[in-house]
Amino acid sequence: MSINRRWILPEGIEEILPDQAWQLEHLRRQLLDLFRTWGYELIIPPMVEYLDSLITGLGEDLEQQTFKTVDGMNGRTLGIRPDITPQAARIDAHRIGQEGPTRLCYAGSVLLTHPSALGGSRSPMQVGVELFGHGGVESDIEVLSLLIESLTLTGIDEVHIDLGHVALFHGLAAAAQLSAETEAQIFDCLQRKSLPDLQQLLLNSSLDERYQTWFLELLALSGEATVLDDAKRFYVNAPASIQQALGQLEQIATKIHRRFPQVSLCIDLAELRGYTYHTGCVFAAYVMGEGQAIAQGGRYDHIGEVFGRARPATGFSADMKTLLMLSNQSRGEFSRVLAPDDEDPELVEMIHNLRAKGLQVVVNLPEPVGTKECDQKIVKQNGKWKLVTND
Amino acid sequence: MSRQMKQNLTIAISKGRILKEALPLLSKIGIEPVEDLNTSRKLILQTNRAPIQVVVIRATDVPTYVEYGAADLGITGKDVLMEHGSDQLYEPLDLKIAPCRLMLAQIKGATQYLPQRRLRIATKYVNITQQYFNQRGEQVELIKLYGSMELAPLVGLADRIVDLVDTGNTLKANGLEPTELILPVTSRLVVNKASMKMKQAAILQLVTDLKEVL
Repeated sequence: MSINRRWILPEGIEEILPDQAWQLEHLRRQLLDLFRTWGYELIIPPMVEYLDSLITGLGEDLEQQTFKTVDGMNGRTLGIRPDITPQAARIDAHRIGQEGPTRLCYAGSVLLTHPSALGGSRSPMQVGVELFGHGGVESDIEVLSLLIESLTLTGIDEVHIDLGHVALFHGLAAAAQLSAETEAQIFDCLQRKSLPDLQQLLLNSSLDERYQTWFLELLALSGEATVLDDAKRFYVNAPASIQQALGQLEQIATKIHRRFPQVSLCIDLAELRGYTYHTGCVFAAYVMGEGQAIAQGGRYDHIGEVFGRARPATGFSADMKTLLMLSNQSRGEFSRVLAPDDEDPELVEMIHNLRAKGLQVVVNLPEPVGTKECDQKIVKQNGKWKLVTND
Repeated sequence: MSRQMKQNLTIAISKGRILKEALPLLSKIGIEPVEDLNTSRKLILQTNRAPIQVVVIRATDVPTYVEYGAADLGITGKDVLMEHGSDQLYEPLDLKIAPCRLMLAQIKGATQYLPQRRLRIATKYVNITQQYFNQRGEQVELIKLYGSMELAPLVGLADRIVDLVDTGNTLKANGLEPTELILPVTSRLVVNKASMKMKQAAILQLVTDLKEVL
């Protein structure tokens, strides 16, 4: 490799440099502290695991997203985590194993073989929470509220929350007894909100007309929370699970709106992100100018099954690097003090005290280079060490 | 709502035939560029409906602009969307303009018998072609070309080509014939996922208006 190329990093892999790095670290602390005040316990899962436990239950997509390597000790395949959520589910199912709700939070790097969107990172720093052991809307509301508070704390305004519920499509697909292939095709059309393709597909299918209109209507039902009223009327004869899902969405939307009236909330019944493992309410946060969701989450009640202990679960996660980029606050700015290199015990004590107060004290090395980054300095005036402005 | 009125709405349109056929559609719903597209050298064109602006770009760039959110909406062929892999975009409307077919073609009368090697296919649609033959359980060798596909079988570079066919005249003039339809193509309206949510009122209005004049 030519020496000029040695510094180049792989595509989608980035490093965080000074200034940014402290800001990111402060954001991480702020968010974890917030989660802690809500009673979430911190976990630090490993970077690598056996592939089986890392991706089971999450479908093909995640397997393709996983970097793999062989464990030299026993020849088994290891995966570098592409997502911390399944690790949290495994920890809840086996390592903690308590009855009743378990609240977990985490922050750490993950690695993806492909960026999840065009131009995205392959090494996001995932931060998030998971709430296990409670299946009601109350936990959906808690997690969504915490997501909104996290964004506010980060300094991201004018957030738009998109709410969906995958049980609608699950329910309709099950009731219509779709073949796996047809289900995948309808899913694809809904995912792209392609009304013409869906119409064409249904026209060529032998599906009962009632089901055809039910699937088509999913595409029309998006917008303000009032679409839920339309939806309830429209699906009045649909399977009971549909009405139940709509009822849940209504409760969540009402309570979130009451709690966060400044947040714009929209319903999208054709939103099926993470359809293979989500089972209930799903949500995502958007801001103007970002082409993709900046945080997302939802209910996934079956993941624990593969670890032998199915537990209701819901959670959210986001990439801290994205959050930091969108933040309108700056963090980690401290006053910096330049101190002379002197053995005088009074000076040594003064430096110690300043540092204990949280100030940054930089000792001037013998051949001074660039002292302009310090806004204050220590000088000796009339035999006493004093802190003065550095200009 | 007042916030949404102020928001820009950028539409990326494929150069050439699609642009030519899309402009009358936009004009029917009251959107017209304020400058003459044929003479203006500007890259961003304002329209008579102030928050709406138009960018005219290469067809294959349209999904990229829209997926990144650099444009809220785009108009481009289904062929381009399929090749790009468009599950990150919404695709609410078939505009039914610029119709053509993506087809497999070969030298007229070429024998079905093939040498003891993989079929060589020249195309610029490598993803669609790969998918098409994968589904048939056939392994083929793809040769990515950027233009004049018809030449490839004539000079022995490829056994078949996959290309857009409009009238079929170019194929005929070069002694080729289309054999299989891979994809009927028309232009689609695509929408960035976040824009669809953040600028929903404005975008849905546009979609509804367009639907009415199709």
